[in-house]
Amino acid sequence: MTQDTSHKTDAIIIGAGPVGLFAVFELGLLDMKAHLVDILDKPGGQCAELYPEKPIYDIPAYPVITGQELTDRLMEQIEPFGPVFHLQQMAESLEKMDNGHWKLTTDDKITIEAPVIIIAAGGGSFMPKKPNIKNLEEFEGTSVFYSVKQMEKFRGKNLLIAGGGDSALDWTLNLQPLAQSLSLVHRRDEFRAAPDSVNKMRGLVEDRKMDLHVGDIKELHGENGKLSRVVVQKRGEEPYAVECDTLLAFYGLTMKLGPIANFGLNLHENLIPVDTEKFETSEAGIFAIGDINHYPGKLKLILSGFHEAALMAQQAFRYVHPDKKLRFQYTTSSTDLQNKLGVNDKDEAA
Amino acid sequence: MKIIVTDQSGKTHELEAIEGWRVMEIIKDYGLPIKAECGGACCCATCHVHVDEEWQDKLYPATEEEIDMLDEAMDIEDNSRLSCQILMSEDLDGLKLTLAESALP
Repeated sequence: MTQDTSHKTDAIIIGAGPVGLFAVFELGLLDMKAHLVDILDKPGGQCAELYPEKPIYDIPAYPVITGQELTDRLMEQIEPFGPVFHLQQMAESLEKMDNGHWKLTTDDKITIEAPVIIIAAGGGSFMPKKPNIKNLEEFEGTSVFYSVKQMEKFRGKNLLIAGGGDSALDWTLNLQPLAQSLSLVHRRDEFRAAPDSVNKMRGLVEDRKMDLHVGDIKELHGENGKLSRVVVQKRGEEPYAVECDTLLAFYGLTMKLGPIANFGLNLHENLIPVDTEKFETSEAGIFAIGDINHYPGKLKLILSGFHEAALMAQQAFRYVHPDKKLRFQYTTSSTDLQNKLGVNDKDEAA
Repeated sequence: MKIIVTDQSGKTHELEAIEGWRVMEIIKDYGLPIKAECGGACCCATCHVHVDEEWQDKLYPATEEEIDMLDEAMDIEDNSRLSCQILMSEDLDGLKLTLAESALP
């Protein structure tokens, strides 16, 4: 993570999934530096967030590799190119500057300028799943939250946490000492979170330091965005009210296209149409690679995204280094490429 | 082999089913609205379906992994299943199910 709030680079990659990561490699071989923006707190995209432990069988030369291993190997492969990551940030808006470059602003108000944008956003941004409660919106951002950015914000609150996974249980344990009161609500009396966290939570319930409610949240009550109570119901039983002023809901994440839809690009059913030579969008200098793009015959495979990254880089070079001649070289034979990868002896590389 | 799928708008479709395919894949291949964002890895709950009562007992019971994952679906009922975890076989010829709201793309 970086501290500065404004940056300049050669290419901005939106999405740090496998295809975004490999794009760093292909750009790097052609002397282009990259910054990556991703809403998750780690690189790897779906591979790291949804299925880190699941085996993938169709990566060339790996008969089997897990989502996390693939991410780790890609991180190792792109290390020589020094990519800069802006994590836990959403690419919020994009504007064209007078010099023809693009300026991307994130939801944390970090700005990055570059001649080239590469959208490698997969199925979109990971966003919290929301419960089906009709007046939910009324309380969002004031009393209802889906993440914890600063724990202090929850000090002295009468907190209700919803969910049964690691996020719900971890925050229950972390916030319990700070909160005025804390309750956990989950659909069933079993939890998929780490057993150690579940045991600690049950211990707090036994010591009457918190409450556990088995059921679903049915209604929210309060005024002017200020929550005062929540109605909980276990299926087949009578509903009842739980007093609270703050609700933290952890029902997992799902992917939504998000602000990219407002970048002014042509869209086809939430996908970005590209050509199959350069993988460029309807805007010159903006590329889309991986699951988020669309063209005749498109297959949503990691493999296809890697290919797209290589061809994209050829065209990106023409925007980033308009005065230089592009030479096609192989990593097996080119001293120049091997120097970039740092695989040559020092004196040879000089 | 067929499966009968009611979509979220209430319209019913008869789909040609293929032995050994996951029911999610059949629904997706046919182009019905199902997000199935993790692609069948039992990691997301966006292929959530409600299985008709008469068919519930004919399916393999849900694994612990599937039950855990169903926690992330909002519109859970007793007949809730993840369609990526139902493998098509002769025994399921005629299977009837309804796509859950939470499976919408």
